[in-house]
Amino acid sequence: MSAAHAPLPTATRLGLIGCHVCGQVCRCVAHGKVGACPRCGASLHRRKPNSIARTWALLIAAIILYLPANIVPIMRTASLFSSTDNTILSGVVELWVVGSPDLAVIVFIASIMVPVLKFIALAWLLVSVQRKRARWPARQRTRLYGLVEAMGYWSMLDVFVVTLLTGVVQLGPLARVEPLPGVIWFALVVVLTMLASMSFDPRLIWDNAAENAVKSSGNLHD
Amino acid sequence: MTDSHDPTTRDDDLPEPAKVRKRRWTVSLIWLVPLVAALIGLSLVVTAWLQAGPEIVISFQDAQGITAGKTEVKYKNVVIGKVRGLRLSDDRSRVMVTVDLDKNAGSFATEGSRFWVVRPRIGLGGVSGLGTLFSGSYIGADTGGSQNEDRYFKGLETPPPLTHNEAGSSYLLSSKDLGSLDIGSPVYYRRIQVGRVVAYHLDADGKGVTVQLFIKAPNDKFVTDNTRFWNASGVDVSLGAGGLKVNTESLATVISGGVAFGTPPGNTATTQASEDSRFTLFSNQALAMHPPDGAPVRLKMLFHQSVRGLAVGAQVDFLGIDLGRVTNISLDFDPKTKRFPAEVTAVIYPHRIGRANQRFIERTGNDNPGALLGILVKHGLRAQLRNGNLLTGQLYVALDFFPKAPKVAYNGKLDPLVVPTMPGSFDKLQQQVADIVDKVHKIPFDDLGAHLDASLRQLNALLAQFNNELAPEAKSTLEQAQKTLSTATSALSGDSPLRQSLGQTLQELERAARSLRVLTSYLSRHPESLLRGRRNNDPAPHAPPPPSHQPARSQP
Repeated sequence: MSAAHAPLPTATRLGLIGCHVCGQVCRCVAHGKVGACPRCGASLHRRKPNSIARTWALLIAAIILYLPANIVPIMRTASLFSSTDNTILSGVVELWVVGSPDLAVIVFIASIMVPVLKFIALAWLLVSVQRKRARWPARQRTRLYGLVEAMGYWSMLDVFVVTLLTGVVQLGPLARVEPLPGVIWFALVVVLTMLASMSFDPRLIWDNAAENAVKSSGNLHD
Repeated sequence: MTDSHDPTTRDDDLPEPAKVRKRRWTVSLIWLVPLVAALIGLSLVVTAWLQAGPEIVISFQDAQGITAGKTEVKYKNVVIGKVRGLRLSDDRSRVMVTVDLDKNAGSFATEGSRFWVVRPRIGLGGVSGLGTLFSGSYIGADTGGSQNEDRYFKGLETPPPLTHNEAGSSYLLSSKDLGSLDIGSPVYYRRIQVGRVVAYHLDADGKGVTVQLFIKAPNDKFVTDNTRFWNASGVDVSLGAGGLKVNTESLATVISGGVAFGTPPGNTATTQASEDSRFTLFSNQALAMHPPDGAPVRLKMLFHQSVRGLAVGAQVDFLGIDLGRVTNISLDFDPKTKRFPAEVTAVIYPHRIGRANQRFIERTGNDNPGALLGILVKHGLRAQLRNGNLLTGQLYVALDFFPKAPKVAYNGKLDPLVVPTMPGSFDKLQQQVADIVDKVHKIPFDDLGAHLDASLRQLNALLAQFNNELAPEAKSTLEQAQKTLSTATSALSGDSPLRQSLGQTLQELERAARSLRVLTSYLSRHPESLLRGRRNNDPAPHAPPPPSHQPARSQP
């Protein structure tokens, strides 16, 4: 498979570089030196600069914040006589107990499963890129990356639920919904994971694949 | 690859430093993000750790209304902790409730702190904890004021009536029984609630009850050494020799019970009684307000009559003054006379007769009540059962003087002093009435009746005879009499001939009298005329003036 892709020339090989802003293709400057696009003036770089480090940093920050987001309550439901604070997990449990398992499943997937899967997927992608040896084929990894990017937004579901309820359920002393600090941590987690997946450059996967292909082809030729 | 090598080798020397600097900067900047996140997480952990207060365990009899993770611990309605878990004690007799206190509520984990479950309570004294009907129960807390740390507490089953550090004073009352008092029962002063019953317990010997009161400041200053406490519980209905009495404090107290206190009039002491002073709890206000009774003296009286109507608690009265109470009534048997005298024991308080008692002691120089009573008995003091209320038939014991009473032996050294008795006045009356009835009974009413019947019959016959024979006679006699009377009336009327002739006769008589007078006067002047007769030259005797007008007028 890699042998099939190997003959395809990449922009790096051809000594070309594309502008990310206007799409202008120009001749590549020296390795590591940053040039500017002759047409629009935006800085040119072959790959997203410092992609792996940035992604790692943002991912780790997201994982750290994921703990308080799940421990600190995100929402307070106050009625005339009682008030209850719910964390994400206790909200899911309550929904399940109260009798809406479908909603519980949706919230569970959106708020708990998706972020965790995102952490795992991104971390695995990063590790595989850094080790430059992957068991999974590059094409599948790219598909995984696309999935992570697409799913990322859905994690905001919980945040939206809290904001909507806070706005709608304001019946004075009868019933009230208040957001609690947990929702801020949770929103930060979602935003950070999205930033992390954005700062990851999927072309790195192909760079490795291409290098491997070259190496393997070179080995074959030798 | 070879194509790209050319430009890189060309510009190799110049950009090197710039490249290194830029990369370092980028790296350090992006790693700030997880650093900040870590700091945030750390700060959350630290604040949580700092806010976490001590963990305490409270044991309750049951866990009704307590939910792990939900039930809060509140002090003055401020949340100071939350129940974390529930478990049974090792012997399964109690429920152990684990509570996480807040950091600032650490002072509650000290000795003497009290915890209780606040539930809706509807008692006679009022309704409390209504809010918990909907919000669920919570655990109420109160500090103990101690500094020694404690982790294990025994939960109270009822809310404590008193919170710690409340200003006021606590007092002890001795009572024979608890009555309808309970913890939390109100204490009234002039019908204003000023305190509560805080605790009660049986005395060590089991012969009484000690009730602890708490009077809130500033009203506790009204409790002086002279203050009397009485039970304001319920309705005090007393049916005694004085008639029916109903006495109540207030409607709430009637239902739930309470204590009232006051100072007898005339007492001017204003110093507040010291904390935890002991007072007597009287059963009603009248008893409480009595002047101090002094030492009681026990009396024993043997009544040779029925004591029906005499109750334990009946008055012992000396010349109208309530001296004491009957404490016991029982029957004795006298083997000599084969009779059952009623043995009545009473307690009297000689101090109640006031100055008389003092004077008596001063005079005799002897304050032994037995000796004093001996002197009185010598002068005719006797006990007598008297009827205090004719309607109810209640009896009381009257101590009164009977100068004509037969002398009796008296021993002033017995413990219940034996007072000789007199048959009661009512009793005497009853006996006299019985005697009369006896005598009446002896009258032969049957014979008397028969005789009376015969007499009456004779009388009847007599009357019939009278009716038949005498009555017509009487009628005709009466008619005759009437006629006679009418004749007499007509004869006496003004224009009757009898009257007229009578008038003329009287006039004639008058004339005759006048000529007689003329004659007599003439004769007195001329006595010789009797012999010679009247001389012609003699003036005619003139008549003296008439004595009245009527004869002159009637002389035409």
